[in-house]
Amino acid sequence: MNQSLHIWLIPLLPFAGFLLNGILGSRMPRRFVSIIGLLAPFLSFVLVLNAYVLTSISAVSCPGCGAATAAALPYVETFPYPWIAIGGLRADFSFFLDPLSLVMLLVVTGVGFLIHIYSVGYMAHEEGYARYFSFLNLFLFFMTVLVLAGNVLLMFVGWEGVGLASYLLIGFYFQRNSAAAAGKKAFIVNRIGDFGFLIGIFLILVNFGTLNFNQIAVGLALRAGWHGGVLTAICLCLLLGAAGKSAQLPLYVWLPDAMEGPTPVSALIHAATMVTAGVYMIARTHFLFDRAPVALATVAIVGAATALFAATIGLAQNDIKRVLAYSTISQLGYMFLACGVAAYSAAIFHLVTHAFFKALLFLAAGSVIHAMGGEQDMRKMGGLRMKLPVTFWTMTIAVFTIAGFFPLAAFFSKDAILYAAFVSGTGGKVLWFVGLLTAMLTALYMFRLWYMTFFGETRTADAHPHESPWSMRAPLIILALLSICGGWIGIENFSAYLAPSVGLHPAVSSPHLELILTIVAVLVALEGWLIADKYYRRKPERPAQLAAAMPAGYKLLVNKYYVDEIYDAVLVRPLFAVSRYVLGWIVDTAILGGIAWLLAGVANFTGMILQRWQSGNLRSYAAWLTAAAAAVLLFILIAQGAIPMAEPLTHIMGMGH
Amino acid sequence: MSFLHNDVPLAWYLVLSAVLFSLGVVGFLIKRNIITMFMSIELMLNAVNLSFVAFAYQWHEVKGQIVVFFVMMVAAAEAAVGLAIIIAVFRVRATLAVDRINLMKL
Repeated sequence: MNQSLHIWLIPLLPFAGFLLNGILGSRMPRRFVSIIGLLAPFLSFVLVLNAYVLTSISAVSCPGCGAATAAALPYVETFPYPWIAIGGLRADFSFFLDPLSLVMLLVVTGVGFLIHIYSVGYMAHEEGYARYFSFLNLFLFFMTVLVLAGNVLLMFVGWEGVGLASYLLIGFYFQRNSAAAAGKKAFIVNRIGDFGFLIGIFLILVNFGTLNFNQIAVGLALRAGWHGGVLTAICLCLLLGAAGKSAQLPLYVWLPDAMEGPTPVSALIHAATMVTAGVYMIARTHFLFDRAPVALATVAIVGAATALFAATIGLAQNDIKRVLAYSTISQLGYMFLACGVAAYSAAIFHLVTHAFFKALLFLAAGSVIHAMGGEQDMRKMGGLRMKLPVTFWTMTIAVFTIAGFFPLAAFFSKDAILYAAFVSGTGGKVLWFVGLLTAMLTALYMFRLWYMTFFGETRTADAHPHESPWSMRAPLIILALLSICGGWIGIENFSAYLAPSVGLHPAVSSPHLELILTIVAVLVALEGWLIADKYYRRKPERPAQLAAAMPAGYKLLVNKYYVDEIYDAVLVRPLFAVSRYVLGWIVDTAILGGIAWLLAGVANFTGMILQRWQSGNLRSYAAWLTAAAAAVLLFILIAQGAIPMAEPLTHIMGMGH
Repeated sequence: MSFLHNDVPLAWYLVLSAVLFSLGVVGFLIKRNIITMFMSIELMLNAVNLSFVAFAYQWHEVKGQIVVFFVMMVAAAEAAVGLAIIIAVFRVRATLAVDRINLMKL
């Protein structure tokens, strides 16, 4: 027996907040804007919690108390009228709640709410306060639609919508040219991925005749022997979409630039939630990927390559937010790697812990930036340990978490991914090794950030760092607690909870092997810490010497492998050239413009002749009118055979009788 | 009223209507004063009205009379607007000669 969970309200409340703040916000005092902006995600979070509690009661063996009140998963709410019904195509506004979407919703609304609170403090002195909160609520609306969508098309709506919200928030400081350009870059790069996603949707529709996730799964189950082929094509298209949204190779370039947005936005959209949508999408459509081994292997390779690639770039960045951005790309690569070895629950587990510690890292970085008066260059920071104690300690927890130390959250999730990679087939050892290398690099660049920011001497004399207000400190502390405890549930329990959605995590076949792998991973992370400690605390002159010793390698890293430059030269400039010269000059100016000029010339010439008629003399118009009327009358009479020419007038007059 | 029916044939009304209409047309064409032209238009309208009424009476058809009401209504509206325009033009241009009201001409 199901009772209504009112999950349709979960997206709708933030949407109401968006409308209220978007339309009336600029005329309301900031206090009201904050209340509306915070209330919407808070109520959504309460509804998600409510759904979680009610569905857990029935999940737990408590038949007596559960039956009357509880709702069972999966749970569907559908708007009673179809959204699209054309021929065989049918798509509804249907919201689908299962363990996977519930976990995702908890993260999105929970972390989202914390970041909303943080924003109140962070944005307190900014222009466009109401605009900021309305966009943030708009993002939550689309993100919850994406997560709850019961069919691919509705998911695509949310997918595009979060892209829009991301664009609006990256370009929040639109007076700054770089921010506007970064917004456009994110939007355009995502278009490439969305193109793939859309093609994937079309292929699904053609091959399955439905867009509903459950019906696709049923269709696959009916054809047990169906592997590869079209399924591979569908999955590769979906992967392209996921790579765009989740900033994987080769479409990752927009995410570092997205750091132009306000820091809470980077934390919420470009670290914790939106960029994980690609991982969520792959987990949601895992039944397709399971039948397409080639596509699945591609996912793993893309993920591993991105993880390592981004981690190496992160080593040489000096902007605190950019280090975190490359770290996000790298960690997303981890999640893709997990998806690629069919360990979906490990991927989602890492998604959850990553949402905690990466949001914490960004918010702590935001607190640092706030304290430094907007300075983002780590070379100008240093020695902030004493001045920002809360920020320092929460950041410390986050750094140790991302490095993967026991018993913090990421230890468990990273461990699960590395183990799943190790035991997966022939290429698994390579994937595991790449993951391990990435783990060491991760520890290295994160401790580098930690040392450069909080240790040593303050390198900017005129800065007066101050601890942030409580609205910013409270979310930091809560997220720090979550970063510590978030992994304690353990991959086995988590996997068992998610099993109805994504299938079981590969069971631990050999506890010894797992223990050995775990110890290796922790040792490697420790090694990363030690290197960072040596280079950035004990011998701070060494990094510069190293860079001088290997100028080519160092320049390659500082310039991010010149990928932006390569894309610019190979794609952007040729596109511009084609647009400007071929399409602009030849097609537009010469052909289309020529036709337009020709038509205009004909009209002009005709007008020059006809304008003689328009004498401006009213009576000549009347004369023409009269003459024409007389001519028409004459014509009618002749045509009727009345022949008035020779007949006397009396004849016509006599016709009346 | 029956004497009308018996003694005056329909044709006479139509002839009168045609004469009035022609007077209106000629007046409109040859007069230069805009108010006179306006009155010529009214004359034409009323000539048409006359033929309508005559036909309606002849054929015991009420539609013709209804049309007359419409025409009268339009004529009244036209008179109101038209005279307002004429006054406005006169205030600006201080003339009523149509030949000199030609600002719109190229």
